[in-house]
Amino acid sequence: MKTTMIMLFLALLSWGASAQHDHSSMGNSGNSHSSMTPKMKEEPRVIPSITVKHSLLVTSILDNYLALKDALVDGNGKKAASSGKLLFDALGKFDISSQATTKQKELKDIIDDAKENAEHISENADKIAHQREHFELLGGDLKDLIVIAGADRTLYQLFCPMYNNSKGGKWLSASDKVRNPFYGDEKMKCGRVLVEIKVK
Amino acid sequence: MKPLKLLGVVMLVVLVGIQFIPSRTNQDKETPPSDFILAKGVPENIGHILRTSCYNCHSNNTSYPWYSRVQPVGWFLQNHINKGKAELNFSEFGAYSVRKQKSKLSSMVSQVEKDEMPLTSYTFIHHEARLKPENKKALINYLNALQDSLQ
Repeated sequence: MKTTMIMLFLALLSWGASAQHDHSSMGNSGNSHSSMTPKMKEEPRVIPSITVKHSLLVTSILDNYLALKDALVDGNGKKAASSGKLLFDALGKFDISSQATTKQKELKDIIDDAKENAEHISENADKIAHQREHFELLGGDLKDLIVIAGADRTLYQLFCPMYNNSKGGKWLSASDKVRNPFYGDEKMKCGRVLVEIKVK
Repeated sequence: MKPLKLLGVVMLVVLVGIQFIPSRTNQDKETPPSDFILAKGVPENIGHILRTSCYNCHSNNTSYPWYSRVQPVGWFLQNHINKGKAELNFSEFGAYSVRKQKSKLSSMVSQVEKDEMPLTSYTFIHHEARLKPENKKALINYLNALQDSLQ
């Protein structure tokens, strides 16, 4: 009897969870994706997570990166360029010497690479495909940055397998909802969450 | 003297005069250990493609055409080379951080794939720098494999 109750409880719980899942996906705007395949639900996937330390040093870097990401989702190269410039400035202000000495060399490499990518984005307002290439590299840099230096908010690393001749492209978002910055409207739903980055 | 004639004379004097301003050339005599081809042990065929199509603007060794000695053409070229090297310098590639090497390899692949590089304004004059389809493919494959091998 007791086991039956537990089983029933678990079943209820999982139903509740999947119902919630339904709800969240229905909340997405313009979901041509899910309406085409109404019954083909993916297996509930456990999303791996990592936890990084809390830090306010990266706040303006993340603010500007996320603004850049949103501009690319909207296909707005001009706005992406101005966010790229602000991101470049924010990266320049990151104080590497405040970090553990053993990590400073790696952090310098990360910041240098990220700055170069942000600069390219800021200088190519009329070439959004080129901006997106550097945005992909930038996402890798910033993920490595927050793993070492911490973050001030929960982030998700997402992955679009189609990008760059199917080599795939990763990006960071404050939401686990897929809105594709590499394709924008063209393939807005392409992608999945790779890892959740929690803050301690 | 008529003003127009005077202007002509002044321009001629300036044009001749600037030929005597010493200008630096981008020609290191030796190949540093950080050179891409050297540091990565690049196979001969790929090295040849890189030297022919990329190294003139993306390394510390340019083989100049004769007209580069005529100013202001030479200055224009120098400016062009400086910009190219700031973006990617094969002579210093081995000294880049691994992260930067990977980023640069990724950008190289996409630039070559999309025919953005070598620049058409360059291949217009330097026909030999044009990438033949088979060379383009070989180069992309090599750069991709190298990028994957870097940790």
